[in-house]
Amino acid sequence: MTPQQEAAAVVSAVLADLPRNRGVVVDSPPGAGKSTLVVKAAGHIAETGEPLMIVAQTNEQVDDLVERLALEHPDLPIGRLSAGGYITPGRILAHSNVSVAGKLPDLGDPAVVVATADKWAWIGDRTWPWAIVDEAYQMRSDKLLRIASLFERSLFVGDPGQLDPFSIVDGDRWAGLSWDPVQSAVSVLLRHNPDLPVHRLPVSWRLPASAAPVVSEAFYPFTGFRAGTSHADRSLEFTVNGMRTSYDRALEEAATSGWALYELPSRHTVRTDAEAVQAAAVLAVRLLQRGPVAHSERGSHPVTAARIAIGAAHRDQVAAIRAAGVPEEITVDTANRLQGREYDVTIVLHPLSGRRDATAFHLESGRLCVLTSRHRHACIVVARAGIPELLDAHPSAEPVQLGVPVKFPDGWEANQAVLAHLSKHRVTPVG
Amino acid sequence: MSALTALAQLRAVRDGSAQRITTVRHCHIAPRPLVFIPLKLAGEAAAPLGAMVGTDPHYPRLLVVPQPRNRDLRFAFAADLAEVFLPYIEGFEKTTETVERKTGDPYERCLDAPQILVPNRSAVSFTGMLGRSTRFRRADGPYPVHPSVPLLGRWLTYFADRSQQPGSSLLLAATEALGLHWATGQSGLEDANLAALLGWIAPPAGMSGRRAAEEAEDPLLWPPAGPATDPGFDNEVLGPAVRAYEEAPTERAVERVTQALRTQLEPTWKLMWRAVEELRALPEGARVKDRWEIDRGSFTRFVERITEGGPPQARRDGAVGAAARLAGLERARASYDVQRAHDDPLVMAEYRLTGEAFAGTVTAADPEHTEGEGRSRKLRPLITVETDDPVRLALGTTVGSPDRRGHAAEIVEIADGEITLKITKGMGRGKTPAPGAVPEPGERVTYTSLTDDFQSSASLPDPEQTPWTHGGPPEEYVPSDDDAQEEWS
Repeated sequence: MTPQQEAAAVVSAVLADLPRNRGVVVDSPPGAGKSTLVVKAAGHIAETGEPLMIVAQTNEQVDDLVERLALEHPDLPIGRLSAGGYITPGRILAHSNVSVAGKLPDLGDPAVVVATADKWAWIGDRTWPWAIVDEAYQMRSDKLLRIASLFERSLFVGDPGQLDPFSIVDGDRWAGLSWDPVQSAVSVLLRHNPDLPVHRLPVSWRLPASAAPVVSEAFYPFTGFRAGTSHADRSLEFTVNGMRTSYDRALEEAATSGWALYELPSRHTVRTDAEAVQAAAVLAVRLLQRGPVAHSERGSHPVTAARIAIGAAHRDQVAAIRAAGVPEEITVDTANRLQGREYDVTIVLHPLSGRRDATAFHLESGRLCVLTSRHRHACIVVARAGIPELLDAHPSAEPVQLGVPVKFPDGWEANQAVLAHLSKHRVTPVG
Repeated sequence: MSALTALAQLRAVRDGSAQRITTVRHCHIAPRPLVFIPLKLAGEAAAPLGAMVGTDPHYPRLLVVPQPRNRDLRFAFAADLAEVFLPYIEGFEKTTETVERKTGDPYERCLDAPQILVPNRSAVSFTGMLGRSTRFRRADGPYPVHPSVPLLGRWLTYFADRSQQPGSSLLLAATEALGLHWATGQSGLEDANLAALLGWIAPPAGMSGRRAAEEAEDPLLWPPAGPATDPGFDNEVLGPAVRAYEEAPTERAVERVTQALRTQLEPTWKLMWRAVEELRALPEGARVKDRWEIDRGSFTRFVERITEGGPPQARRDGAVGAAARLAGLERARASYDVQRAHDDPLVMAEYRLTGEAFAGTVTAADPEHTEGEGRSRKLRPLITVETDDPVRLALGTTVGSPDRRGHAAEIVEIADGEITLKITKGMGRGKTPAPGAVPEPGERVTYTSLTDDFQSSASLPDPEQTPWTHGGPPEEYVPSDDDAQEEWS
């Protein structure tokens, strides 16, 4: 089967399962057409004439979905529920079939209503026959608890490899309970309803052939996926010649192989490691100077600043990189905020770079998975040398809790796997 | 760990004495707290061995279990403990005040609440365990206990649960309360040793903190503060004393165990009151009272629950209960962090370092500045603040100030250490700002994006309405004889 056929088969299976089950779960690896599925399922349900509610986690996600729905189904009346301080962006206002309001009655009676989980929690006394919960692995189960009585049956879509939801307080008290409120909505749903069908989208359309196997093996060891394109389909070309500096060599390595590890000498540093921050910023600037052009199955286009992102683990690192002189249009953000986004080239400040210890936060596989799976063409990782040794010195030491299902992948192992691959694309600064 | 705490620890190492990391005290210290030092039998999860407990530093009450493997004796100990705890708690139930509310009926709140002080975090967990093992027991049916035992269990559970609430002072661990205010030159693990921690903070005259902490590691000089006892003591003193009681359960044998435990508990008892003195000597933060008020409210509600004859706290949180508790904890955590920063310039300095706050001098002010025309004309005074802090706030961020309650401003411009702010709240209703509402040139001000705005979370379903995604409605708890048959380690 071609990748297209394979993916289409899964989508039809999902749609066929919908009316037969109270809930259907779809696991979607990075860039596997999750939004496409949501839009398709929404259209499918709307055809039956029954009202549908769609739940996303952030306002940006809601806006993205509304925009895609409005584009694909221009005749479908769509409602967008919003909270107090929300300013409707132009891309939503542009669609005549979208109405925006703070209260349900003010929307008219659209076939599809989209809002964040937080907003839905305030909508009472109405039941929808259908719901779609997007980014369900990012949603904490206590949020699902607040809205679950709103719908009769639901499609849960999300990426199990991304960051787990978290809490600012310690949730150990509930560890092992099947309704642990700090677990994701999907884990709680499946623990109480183990018979629900779980489908998996098999093809990543975003990740290039150079990245899909790496990400799949490291972060989805038992539920692999493949790239929808071949090596020949994607290439990155520089229209300006380089100068053989280490930055240029890193960029060229990334353009050729899809990966580069820009490795600074081993050293323990503060979180906002000045050299690493500088390297990330300079790489981004240099990348733009080289006039990159991306060729893909969708044609060729110059890689502009808007198609480049720099990712880091902490907000102060993001602020430091921003302050190091990165063009305004380049996205610089934390892993949490980069979830669900897509770029041509990404530059990643490795979460463990320069650290003296490897905490559970830094070992969380989802963080590295998000950072290394946002790109369509190439990913450049900036890191201090010595991370494998650091990992060896800090095996996972989290206490084992009774009744908590074992989670894969193991963050420690995933980190090692990614580093092992990156080591083949290492560039070190001269000097 | 934050940069300032790390710095304070380095200084503590250099100077050999603990360093203050706050300017004020952030926890409530009651005028008459109940100090409770429990000991447990080694290798058991919740087998009480003894406890020193009381409100008067000069008259501690020593309770012992001469044979901790004997369950009847354990529950007799719980009944003895209830004799100390329950009258202390009931002493706060009678005097109440009437609290008026903006919405809803006025309600009664106790004027003061009990405060339990234990040495460390393990003692807090043990308090919870003891509560767990006693709250489902009954005065009738199999293995009956004294009626005060289940009531004590519910209170101990209440205090242990409440201690997880950030900012609550109903049950405090001394090492944590001290660690909140001082940094020492030892590791966090070592800070959990009360004697060592107090050694760093208040060493004996002529001795460095480091030396005092080293001395505190000798279990013969400073027996562990519990609940675990010193293995040497277990083998050489406690073991033979318990065996003697086993062979001949006489008054003398009980006295032997009692004396043995007294040697282990008395030093900690003294340390606990020294910790109280040290904490009391710190000036109280401005919002500590507000948090204690919340504690008093919580205490009052639990008193009502007991008076109304509600069931004991469930063994595990249900789906709805867990979500509700999590929402409460998160709210308390956020609010506590903000309140501490607002009360304490040294805590605020942490946020200034991370760029979430800045302090500086007002260089220009336009207090009459307005926005809009006609009826929608609004007073929006502008001020410019000069600062050396590394500001990492985005334009348009709403900031508040610890110097002025109810004051809010928006960041309009950031350029070369000069920040222009537009004041949006807290100027009064007049056409010109209320006197003192707008900072004047030359004034030193602090602004931060941390604000304690209460955003209530959406309501949860009733437990009986738990949806299918979370396992449906839970079974109702019915007390039964099986409660007394639970497996005990």
